[in-house]
Amino acid sequence: MNNFTYVRATDVAEAVRQGGQAHAKFLGGGTNLVDLMRETLERPSVLVDVTGLSSAITDREDGGMLIGAAAKNTAVAEHRGVRTRYPLLARAILAGASGQIRNMATVGGNLLQRTRCTYFYDDDGSRCNKRGPGQGCDAIDGFNRIHAILGASSSCVATHPSDMCVALAMLDAVVHVTGSQGERTIAFADLHLLPGNHPEVETSLSPGELITAVELPALSFAQRSTYRKVRDRASYAFALVSVAAAMEVDDGVVKGVRVALGGVAAKPWRALRLEAALTGRPANEESFRAAAEAELADAQPLRHNAFKIEVAKRTIVAVLAELAGDRL
Amino acid sequence: MSVNINGLSVDLPSDARVSLLDLLRDHLDLPGTKVGCNQGACGACTVLADGERILSCLALAVQYEGRSVTTIEGLTVEGSLHRLQHAFIEHDGFQCGYCTPGQICSAIGMLREVQRGVPSLVTEDLSSRSIALTRDELRERMSGNLCRCGAYNGIVEAITEFAETSK
Repeated sequence: MNNFTYVRATDVAEAVRQGGQAHAKFLGGGTNLVDLMRETLERPSVLVDVTGLSSAITDREDGGMLIGAAAKNTAVAEHRGVRTRYPLLARAILAGASGQIRNMATVGGNLLQRTRCTYFYDDDGSRCNKRGPGQGCDAIDGFNRIHAILGASSSCVATHPSDMCVALAMLDAVVHVTGSQGERTIAFADLHLLPGNHPEVETSLSPGELITAVELPALSFAQRSTYRKVRDRASYAFALVSVAAAMEVDDGVVKGVRVALGGVAAKPWRALRLEAALTGRPANEESFRAAAEAELADAQPLRHNAFKIEVAKRTIVAVLAELAGDRL
Repeated sequence: MSVNINGLSVDLPSDARVSLLDLLRDHLDLPGTKVGCNQGACGACTVLADGERILSCLALAVQYEGRSVTTIEGLTVEGSLHRLQHAFIEHDGFQCGYCTPGQICSAIGMLREVQRGVPSLVTEDLSSRSIALTRDELRERMSGNLCRCGAYNGIVEAITEFAETSK
C-alpha cells in the first residue's frame, strides 16, 4: 500500500475542498477501497474519510425517501420505512456481502465499488484496459464465466458487482452530488457508464465530486417488489445474474412493471425493452417469457458465459410470476 | 488520537496504512484475532466495534479513532471463558480453531442484530419486528465466516444453544 495522508471531513464543504486535491479519494467503509489499495490498484495520496457526513434516512414530502451517503448498508436494510415501502431495496442489500461488511459499507461507497473481474485484480499477470488504458483485455479470450453479456465492448467485458445498485436502478433513484462547482443531481441510469473505448471511466462524476445522498422517488407499486440473486453458493458470493422487479397487475393485465438486472453488464441494467414489451399484456408466464426474450435479444455471450442469457430469462420469468402471485 | 481496545485506551499508529487487524496483532500483541484472507472474504479477522461485528482486515485503524473495539481476548471475564466459548467446546464447534475467534465475535454481533430486528435474506416477512433464529436464519447470518475444517454443524449448535440460554 502506498503512503497517503488521512483526513476526516466534518462537513460537505470541507470534504469537497480536501477531495479536490490531486489524487485524493473519498473513503467510506473501506470494504472495497482498502482492499484495492492493498492490491496497489488504487494509490491515493489523500484519503478523505466521509463516514462522518450525513447518514440520515428521512421521508420526503413527495412520498419518497432520502438516504445520506454515509448510511451503512445495514442501517438502510433494517430501516422500517425502507422495509415496508421499498422491500426490494432491503432485499438487494441483504443479498450482498456479509453481515460484517454490511455493517461497514456505506451507501455512497456501494455505488462506487469497482468490478470484481479477476483480470482487473491480476496486476502482475494480466492486461486490463481499466487498470491500464490501451493495454488490452485478457478477459475477452480468458475465463470469462462471470463477465458481461450486455453492453460490453471490445475494450472491456467487466460487470458491476453491486446488488443495491440494481434495486436503485429499478427505482429510478436520484444521486445527489456536490463538487467545487456546487450541487447537482444525477439520474441513477446516468451515474454508471458502459465501457465503450474508455472502460477506465466508470461514472459520470466529475473529479472531486462527492455523492452526498441517494433519493428514492415515490413509486406506487414499489411495495410489490422483490430481488432475486443467482450465484455459485447460497450466500456471500457475487451475482451471476440478479433481478430486481416491481409489478402492478390490474384485472390480469400488467399495468406497470419495472425490471433491472445485475451481473450482466458494466452497470446495473435497466430492462426498458422488457418493460415496454410487457406493459398492457396479460400477466402470465407466456408474456413474461416473451418480454424477457426481447430484453436479451442483443445479448452477446463470451466463451464461458452463454448460460447467463438463459439464467437471466428464467429468473425474470420466475420473479415476475412470484410478484403476480395469485393474480396469475 | 486513540482507540479503546478491550477497555484500554490505545494510541493510534502515526502511519495511516496500518489496518485495525495489524494494530491488534503486531502493535498490541493481541494475536487472538486471526489473519485469514486479508481481503474480506473469510471472516477470520472479525471483531466488534461499538458492539457491531466488522472485518478488521478491511478497516484502517485510524478510521476507528474514539471508538471501542472488542476482540476475542476482551470477551473473557476475569480469566474465565465466555459462555459462547464454552458452547463451542461443548459442541465441537471447531477442529483447527483458526476461524473460531472470528466465528465467536461474529456470532455475538449477529445475535445483537437479531435482537434489534435486523432482517436477513431469508427473513420471509420483512415487516416483522421480531425474528426467530431458525437454522436457516443462523446459517445465512453467519455466512461471512468460513470454516475450512467444515465444523459448521457444531458451530450452528453452539450458537443456537448460547442464543437459547441467553434469552
